[in-house]
Amino acid sequence: MRRIPVTLSFTKHTLANGLDVLLHEDHTCPIVAVNLWYHVGSKNERPGHTGFAHLFEHLMFEGSQHHDRGYFQPLQGAGATLNGSTNADRTNYWEVVPSNALELALWMESDRMGYLLPALTEAKFSNQRDVVLNERRQNYENRPYGLAPMALLSALFPPDHPYHWTTIGEVADLHAVRLDEVQAFFRRYYHPANASLALAGDIDSDEALAMARAYFEALEPGDRVDPVDASASLSSDTRIFFEDRVELPRLYLAWLTPAMFAEGDADLDLGTDLLANGKTSRLYRRLVFDERIATDVSAAQNSREIAGYTQITATAAPGHTLDELEHAILEEMARLVAESPTDDEMERGRVQAESQFVFRLQTVGGFGGKSDQLNAYNMFLGDPAYFDRDLARYQDVTHVSLQQAIARYLAPSRRVTLSIVPHGRVSLAAADSERAVVS
Amino acid sequence: MSAPDTASAAREIKIDRSRLPEPGPARPFAFPAIEKSTLPNGLRVWTVCHPQVPVIAFDLLVRRGASADPHGKDGLAALTADMLDEGSGDRSAIEMHEALARLGAQFDTDIGSDAASVSVTVLTRFAGRALTLLADVVARPALRDDDFTRVRQLRLHRLTQLRDMPGVVADRAFLKLLYGSHPYGHSPIGNEAALAGMTVDDVRAFHAAAIRPSVATLIAVGECDHGAVVRLATEAFGDWCEASGDAVTPDGAMPAAAALNIIPRSNAPQSELRIGHVAVPRDTPDYHPLLVANTILGGQFVSRINLNLREDKGFTYGARTAFEFRRLPGPFVLQVSVQTTATARAIEESIGEIAGIRGPRPVTSEELALGIAALTRGYARNFETAEQIARAAMQLALFDLPDDYFAQFVPAVARVTTDDVSRVMARHVDPARLTTLIVGDLDVIGADLGALGLGDPVVLPPDAF
Repeated sequence: MRRIPVTLSFTKHTLANGLDVLLHEDHTCPIVAVNLWYHVGSKNERPGHTGFAHLFEHLMFEGSQHHDRGYFQPLQGAGATLNGSTNADRTNYWEVVPSNALELALWMESDRMGYLLPALTEAKFSNQRDVVLNERRQNYENRPYGLAPMALLSALFPPDHPYHWTTIGEVADLHAVRLDEVQAFFRRYYHPANASLALAGDIDSDEALAMARAYFEALEPGDRVDPVDASASLSSDTRIFFEDRVELPRLYLAWLTPAMFAEGDADLDLGTDLLANGKTSRLYRRLVFDERIATDVSAAQNSREIAGYTQITATAAPGHTLDELEHAILEEMARLVAESPTDDEMERGRVQAESQFVFRLQTVGGFGGKSDQLNAYNMFLGDPAYFDRDLARYQDVTHVSLQQAIARYLAPSRRVTLSIVPHGRVSLAAADSERAVVS
Repeated sequence: MSAPDTASAAREIKIDRSRLPEPGPARPFAFPAIEKSTLPNGLRVWTVCHPQVPVIAFDLLVRRGASADPHGKDGLAALTADMLDEGSGDRSAIEMHEALARLGAQFDTDIGSDAASVSVTVLTRFAGRALTLLADVVARPALRDDDFTRVRQLRLHRLTQLRDMPGVVADRAFLKLLYGSHPYGHSPIGNEAALAGMTVDDVRAFHAAAIRPSVATLIAVGECDHGAVVRLATEAFGDWCEASGDAVTPDGAMPAAAALNIIPRSNAPQSELRIGHVAVPRDTPDYHPLLVANTILGGQFVSRINLNLREDKGFTYGARTAFEFRRLPGPFVLQVSVQTTATARAIEESIGEIAGIRGPRPVTSEELALGIAALTRGYARNFETAEQIARAAMQLALFDLPDDYFAQFVPAVARVTTDDVSRVMARHVDPARLTTLIVGDLDVIGADLGALGLGDPVVLPPDAF
């Protein structure tokens, strides 16, 4: 049962150049979140040119025509905190500023939307490529199990599917990229008609809209960007492994699943929680608590704009094998399909969803704050008012719909099974696995 | 909702791209007021009314952390904290978590050198039930032998896995280099030998002696009323008994570490670097100038260190420095992960920046203004959510800071001068005492290290902690 009306009030305005402006007032704290999304991510890249969208995000912080110096300095000097991020489907930029610095943030964001290229030099480009290569070393190459996403995505999605590669990209592609490609990329994707601007916090909506118009409406729109279309399917159990600098072998099971907001997405979200997240989950109880054959287990429905994938991850306790883990995981999944989830499990899932949604209303900015959510709903659904209907998706999951989603999408016969084993311990991989080449 | 303000909407906005707009006057902000009571057993109960969202955040802070680990039992405080949510009374560990999940609770335990905390955030309608569970967790944990065996085994597995994480290896070894057997010389998780020797009786004894009401503060922030929280807390925590316990004593002499140390990691694509020394406690009168100095040196994106190593050289994804303020003198640390081939140059540049800010290249008035502005102008954003306010209040409880601390923060930082920065950095940071630790590929970088003038690197084993 739903007990709290959960709403996120806003107004939406589309400027003449196509830029969506979303306004939300919250005067709790004298701060404003300025949050700008561009509808471009690594799914807009092509094979051989991966890592581009993310590298480009870095260049957006290196100055624009009318402020050809670092992007951080004036904003940090005004008391802002700021960041940006790139994923497969979108790139976002945000700054949370004291309310008196809203105009400064709009000046800066509009300058880099309209006037980035005149300030873009080979030197900046080459410096940020080095930084990104170091980001890749730090977060993937020099981290235990860090190359798992590369192996999983390339096995789940075919080579011409834009989810085949990771957002950080291939090292060779990053080395090969040229400045003129960067320029063409900017012209194609970084323009008002491919963006959404949310202003949330201590604003007067009319004043903020007038300011957004003043700074953005004169910028030229570019051509409409066509949606990316691709499909993927699995027809068997693809079993792969690679060796890594790790002490304990780890097993990943992954399936292709519905896209973000599609039918089955919320069921799989709750289903993976019920299976493997937290100490109350079935797999934690069995693998970690009772049988003690794993040191950890987790699961996630990773839903993206045009497809999703569900992943279950477990690390073997010393003396136990990945085959044991695989057997136990599949058995618990089969049991969930055969026997209904308990009423208590369903009620916990619903109240946890309600709580998580209310918790998300606490902050105007940053990753996952109200401004970020308004942009997500606007960009992927064209409907920033989706917040309470999003929660309703979770409240509407039933015992049966959850079972059906697990049965339909997480079939043992159509999946990827990845083992990551310590160097020189190939025999620890799950049975019948083939070596995968990852870098 | 009021009618739109047509006067402001009609205001003409002139776009001038020749210069950046100056921020207008700051809007006033009232820092949260904390209401305080103390229960008969010594537990302090603090509340902050923050009713914007129907959420309440509880934090229970106990001023005993990893520095209270008895000699030879590194990791006991953290293991005890980990055991708190493993059931209470007749309730098993799983049943405890089912009860929390029925409230949709966000539950967490945390442990540092000086304190442990348990936090529960729930929708307001679950406040009473959440507080009862929090009391069961903190004051009445079951501490069963079978749960102990399982939890200790998981922590031993965790220690095994941490050996593969170069950043964690560097953090743990660096503390040992700086502090030796001092209470700050180990990270909370401890080590294999100490954990293997512990029994559930150690946990029970530590819980009785350290987790007690007179060193604890319960903080509640959200849609709440002080009187009501005190009543609920009295019910939930009233029978939590005070026991005698020892204060933490800083025994153990601090070693004199070599200037340059390396833990070899063959074929590592990057080197993890830690550079620093033991510096100052939280109660130093130089706290605010040190914050400003650190912001300029390595505390923000546009700091000297990050601009040099990342934005100028491209050696790293990011570099930073920090004074880790604790009740006893905490470390000053520069932390960065750099591409292997740039290791020696990154060390040279880092030490150069640390030495430079003390005098040879004093902070400029522009840098000072930027550092002060970065710390003060956005200060209010730290008080947006219930959990943020609870964390801020925990700092007051942990370090005995006055009630008007938040209100005084901005003026105290704004008063800092360039001379203050030079003075406090000269006083508290000494390039001659810096210890450098590398976790990286010795075969590739070894030859370069000789040129640093830091002497031969001391090669440490991979488990030098």
